[in-house]
Amino acid sequence: MGRGIIAYGAYVPYWRLDRSRITAAMGAGGGRGHRAVASYDEDTTTMGVEAARNALRGSDIVPDSVLFSTANPAYMDKTNASAIHAALDLPQSTWAVDAGGAPRSSEAIWALAAANRGTNLAVASDLRTGRPTSGDEAGGGDGAAAFVFGDDAVSPVLCEWLGGAVATAEFTDRYRQPGDAYSRIWEERFGEQVYLPLANDAIERALADAGVGLDGIDKIAIVGLHARAVRGLSRVAGDKLVGDLTGDIGNTGTAHAAIVLAAVLDEAVPGETILLVHLADGATADVLRTTDAIADHAPYAPVRAQIDRGNDALDYNKFLTWRGFLDREPPRRPDPERPGAPPAFRSEDWKYAFVGSRDRSSGAIHLPPMRVSMEGSAVDDMERVRMADVPATIATFTVDRLAFSLSPPMVAVVIDYDGGGRFQAEMTDVDPDEVRIGDRVEMTFRRLYSAEGIHNYFWKARPAAS
Amino acid sequence: MSSHGIRDKVAIVGMGCTQFGEHWDRSVDDMLTDAAHDAYASAGVTQDDIDAFWLGTMGSGVSGLTLSKPLQLDYKPVTRLENMCATGSEAFRNAAYAVASGAYDMVMAIGVEKLKDSGYSGLTGARPPSDGTDSTITAPATFSLLAPAYAHKYGLDPDTMKEVLTRIAWKNHRNGALNPRAQFRKEVAKETIAGSPLIAGPLGIFDCSGVSDGSAAAVLVRAEDAHKYCDNPLYIKALSFASGPATGALDSTYDYTTFREVVASATEAYKQAGITDPRSQIAMAEVHDCFTPTELVLMEDLGFAERGLGWKEAMAGTFDLDGDLPVNPDGGLKSFGHPIGASGLRMLFECWLQLRGQAPPERQIPSVTEQGKTLGLTHNLGGQPGAAVSFVSVVGSELG
Repeated sequence: MGRGIIAYGAYVPYWRLDRSRITAAMGAGGGRGHRAVASYDEDTTTMGVEAARNALRGSDIVPDSVLFSTANPAYMDKTNASAIHAALDLPQSTWAVDAGGAPRSSEAIWALAAANRGTNLAVASDLRTGRPTSGDEAGGGDGAAAFVFGDDAVSPVLCEWLGGAVATAEFTDRYRQPGDAYSRIWEERFGEQVYLPLANDAIERALADAGVGLDGIDKIAIVGLHARAVRGLSRVAGDKLVGDLTGDIGNTGTAHAAIVLAAVLDEAVPGETILLVHLADGATADVLRTTDAIADHAPYAPVRAQIDRGNDALDYNKFLTWRGFLDREPPRRPDPERPGAPPAFRSEDWKYAFVGSRDRSSGAIHLPPMRVSMEGSAVDDMERVRMADVPATIATFTVDRLAFSLSPPMVAVVIDYDGGGRFQAEMTDVDPDEVRIGDRVEMTFRRLYSAEGIHNYFWKARPAAS
Repeated sequence: MSSHGIRDKVAIVGMGCTQFGEHWDRSVDDMLTDAAHDAYASAGVTQDDIDAFWLGTMGSGVSGLTLSKPLQLDYKPVTRLENMCATGSEAFRNAAYAVASGAYDMVMAIGVEKLKDSGYSGLTGARPPSDGTDSTITAPATFSLLAPAYAHKYGLDPDTMKEVLTRIAWKNHRNGALNPRAQFRKEVAKETIAGSPLIAGPLGIFDCSGVSDGSAAAVLVRAEDAHKYCDNPLYIKALSFASGPATGALDSTYDYTTFREVVASATEAYKQAGITDPRSQIAMAEVHDCFTPTELVLMEDLGFAERGLGWKEAMAGTFDLDGDLPVNPDGGLKSFGHPIGASGLRMLFECWLQLRGQAPPERQIPSVTEQGKTLGLTHNLGGQPGAAVSFVSVVGSELG
């Protein structure tokens, strides 16, 4: 029975920062191209949810585990994967666990997802910060990717693992203490000269392990936060090198190898052999090969399409505000209140999975779910109905310039779902001046705000992708 | 089961109302004391004559102690209640029923709110702990949902819609300019209203009611006793209240151009009062113009204008001080101000003045003095479009 990648999806947030805006504002830093920017209402957990939704959309795959890795966790001392698990409406029997720490941690969830029996969802997500004008600020990027490893019997394997190798060393390249808002970096030439021998060693042994010569490799992807080392290693890859997307979206750290691989698979043909090299506190090389099933695979949200949909109208000062580097005067309104743990627990299906209730007799859909029907007189005759993936149309809307928002003004829309159901939602990833009655929207999992150390996750509407 | 109403069973024999505004120098206790004692004086009674009290306040105090302490009541019953922005009307309604039941001879309904001590813009209120999924948009934003929906349904372009809303604010400011108790006592030019900073949707700051402090009170007795205290009492013709199922935000058939709760409460009130054509039978109406699109929609929900034509009537001056049916002759929430618990009683206070011919000449409505109409309507709303509570009263200066 074959085993390998049976589904995958990436998430690139909507907003882009044009790096020249940094230079224009600060007289330093920045550069050419764009970086992807998580909106004010996104974090590594919400981006992980979106990537996993893109991976699972249209399939009936139910993972046995959700393995989450990030270098920028929304919570410490509380599992973040459980929120992703809840947002995906997965069963209680599905394991949800974090592998936190440096970007290298993403390798742990890949290895575990591949090796553990059953169907395993590995989600890597990162939100990269940097001090104004720093290389990390301009060169970083935000995003996530999700890979499902499983057996052919569950869903056709799209890509198999042929072999791999690692090289480990202890050295101080980049570092950040818990609670710090950004990382620090050692002098670049040092890291380059440590990484290159490690990478060459890992590649040599990986090819041997896979039983494939360099001649047999069709594509080479080299990924790592140490841009100079990646460039140095890329020179030997020649025309087999695939673009690492850093010019378009920046380097997404923990998520980057997965996003680049997703982009490669989006355009792959059957029988392609891929060498994926990850430079992160050592080097890891993996050899993969696409199967015939990739020919029939139509990705729900291709990486290239997400890159192309980006909006680079984001001001640099707004970017700094979103990341907490500028402290903007709030409106004269009370601070938002933290969600209560017991009410949030009681309404997990609603709050996290966006599950409402449908009256079995009248068919009326209730959002949030209700016990007593608004049509007829049925009581406790409801079935659950998940609305997270149902598109909707704007019935009316407003732009609230008084409400507390991390990025005012707040856009509110009343939306009617295809096939029934209505909800008043916040809208995101939209220009307030462009909202119209009749516009099409879809749902997205977001962080509304954080209060007293609790992140308030819920769903919002965003313009429909198509 | 049936609702019977208390038509002509209870009368108002005295009222008091403080000036509404930013009372930095006056406390909740001060305003309650002023409104209560003004009402006693108006009725020619003393505090000892009042048998029971109903106090409406949304957030300026809890329990009957909020009233009994400042007034130093002599161990009398005080009911403190809240029903969102319809709180003042709810105090009045329950006080009236207590008299009608025969439980008491004389009662007081009093409302108060102190909003300006919070330091925040607009309304705020404590909410119970929640799962964090409730809408957090502000009151102006919820009511601004009406504007694009109304314009879309009836084919108004955004500029015309803005003109309609502007005229409603202009009219209410104009009425308030003549009223010494109003928070804002200046006419405001239409250009100023239309050009004011946006708060929510098309609504500028001048489309929003005044956030203010204030108190108002009424003394109620059985109708047959009214002339002991007052030569020209006001009789209660109808009291109705509708609390909706709050399905507007769930139900795709709701189109945000109406308040179903208002239609229900108006229908009930007209039935109780025997009104068949409110537009011609009513001398004046005080309605809940919390935001300008609210007043527009209310004109249709209350039956003052046909569906889709309220905006034309508003533009034509139908609801002006000298129009066919003056609406908010005292300036309304817009310029009189909106201290939540007091507003419903403030509306009745304007009926008290106008229907009894006691408004100053410069703002006495001709529908009473020239056309001899005797009925006034007050409408008080809480919540938001699609999830509201609505109160309607009809009062009249004559029995029968």
